[in-house]
Amino acid sequence: MAFLLAFYLVPVGLLLLQSVEGGSLAAYDKALTDGLYVGVLLDTMLIAAYVSIVCLLLGYPVAYFLAAAPAPWPTVGIIFVLLPFWTSILVRTYGWMILLGRNGIINRLLLESGLISAPFPLLNNMTGVLIGMVHVLLPYMVFPIYAVMRRVDTGLVSAAEGLGAPGWQIFRRVYFPLTLPGVLAGVTLVYILSIGFFITPALLGGGKVIMIAVLIEMQVRQFLNWSFAAALSAVLLAATLLVYLVLRRLFRSDLQWS
Amino acid sequence: MELNAASRGRRRSRMRPWHIGLYAWCGLVFLFLMAPLIVVFPISFSSSAYLQFPPPGWSLRWYAAYIDDFAWIDATIRSLKVAMATTALSTILGTMLAFSIVRGRFFGKSTFNQISMLPLIVPVIIYSIAVYGLFAQLRLIGNWQVIVLGHTVHAIPFVLIVVGAALRTYDVNYELAAMSLGASRLRAIWRVTLPQIRPALVSAMFLAFISSFDELVVAMFLGGSNMTLPKKMFDNIINAIDPTIAAVSVLQIILVTGILIVVSKIGAGASPAA
Repeated sequence: MAFLLAFYLVPVGLLLLQSVEGGSLAAYDKALTDGLYVGVLLDTMLIAAYVSIVCLLLGYPVAYFLAAAPAPWPTVGIIFVLLPFWTSILVRTYGWMILLGRNGIINRLLLESGLISAPFPLLNNMTGVLIGMVHVLLPYMVFPIYAVMRRVDTGLVSAAEGLGAPGWQIFRRVYFPLTLPGVLAGVTLVYILSIGFFITPALLGGGKVIMIAVLIEMQVRQFLNWSFAAALSAVLLAATLLVYLVLRRLFRSDLQWS
Repeated sequence: MELNAASRGRRRSRMRPWHIGLYAWCGLVFLFLMAPLIVVFPISFSSSAYLQFPPPGWSLRWYAAYIDDFAWIDATIRSLKVAMATTALSTILGTMLAFSIVRGRFFGKSTFNQISMLPLIVPVIIYSIAVYGLFAQLRLIGNWQVIVLGHTVHAIPFVLIVVGAALRTYDVNYELAAMSLGASRLRAIWRVTLPQIRPALVSAMFLAFISSFDELVVAMFLGGSNMTLPKKMFDNIINAIDPTIAAVSVLQIILVTGILIVVSKIGAGASPAA
């Protein structure tokens, strides 16, 4: 504990102190009123929202598959989710560059099949960042939903069936509400991790997609503007903790996905 | 084959049209998840210096390029060193923390627990520039030991989750029995409790190792010119795409797969040691 105190809380505290250097709130003023930086903040939140929605659409059926498919398939599925999860983000980003580049595999296939006539810009823009982020964060959506689905009492679904409810109604009125805690945990987790993302936007965005973490890094490394970087960090931290605390309020369960 | 036959015999009647849609959707998502891992394999064996697909010919030159390049090997060794030190330090500290949180009864315990979990939630970039600022003033940037400290902070929550969960389900009476037979408390923990939660400890060490070995942002700020493997890869991706990184990627995928297999054997399958 003393270790965490010395090497975690103290440095972060010192950083946050720098944001009010000289007792002025000028750095916050700049971060929260300058159109350029407000734009970055809004972009970040929007990207995080997109990523959360796409992860949910991709992840919910997969979680159901893992929880309900017959014998060997759940194990196989879990391997397909875990292996990318444990592979370095850099390896995966590099893989996406091979796939998405101008002369990448996907553009090649589309060109040769005659579906498009010019390479489709998939890299160094928002599309690339979204694809990369969804890929990294999808497991964080699948695992909490899967954990909840495994505990759902399938007797309730059978009961609804027995009472003659049509399939869609069973899902909407019975199954989905029962898995909602997992969904909310997954969405929150993905959202929190998204707004602080650095590596993927830095590499797949090609300098065109600036998220707040990228902006913080630029302020420190290129402009040495510590007080502004600290203010941005404080804003990011506040947004993260706010989302986290709202979730903890809603459920008393732990945000533990493992 | 036996498994396939068994599953085919079961519950075929419940297969409905929407199941086919579900399976197809999941198949696509699994393809999406695996695609970037799979594509690095052919590229790493390419004979071309450019990103060409399919490769014009096959060779091992990028593996040779990796092994012959001092900078790559140096970065790999540094990463292994940092990851091993992080594993040791975070397992010890995290296990101690897990004991105090699970067993202890003291004021502010839940705050204590939440503070230890913070590194998982607070964006890494914030922590990175915070320690960067601090260690730059102390002129410690570039020491690998400093990276270990940063990585340990991030590995402790993993250890705490895994070991804490094991300790919660562990029956303390074993430990009390050992103590009533004359073992000291520490000896009882060392000889009785720890062997029984060994699967959890193995998993925790694995998590700590991988989290450090793959970590980029902290290492980027604290490493200075002494690069870890992820930093070297990052620079390589930014500057020029040369298939050496594909060879490194393949080696890393194999390493992770290997560790996953070992852990699934030892981590889960270990019987309580006698």
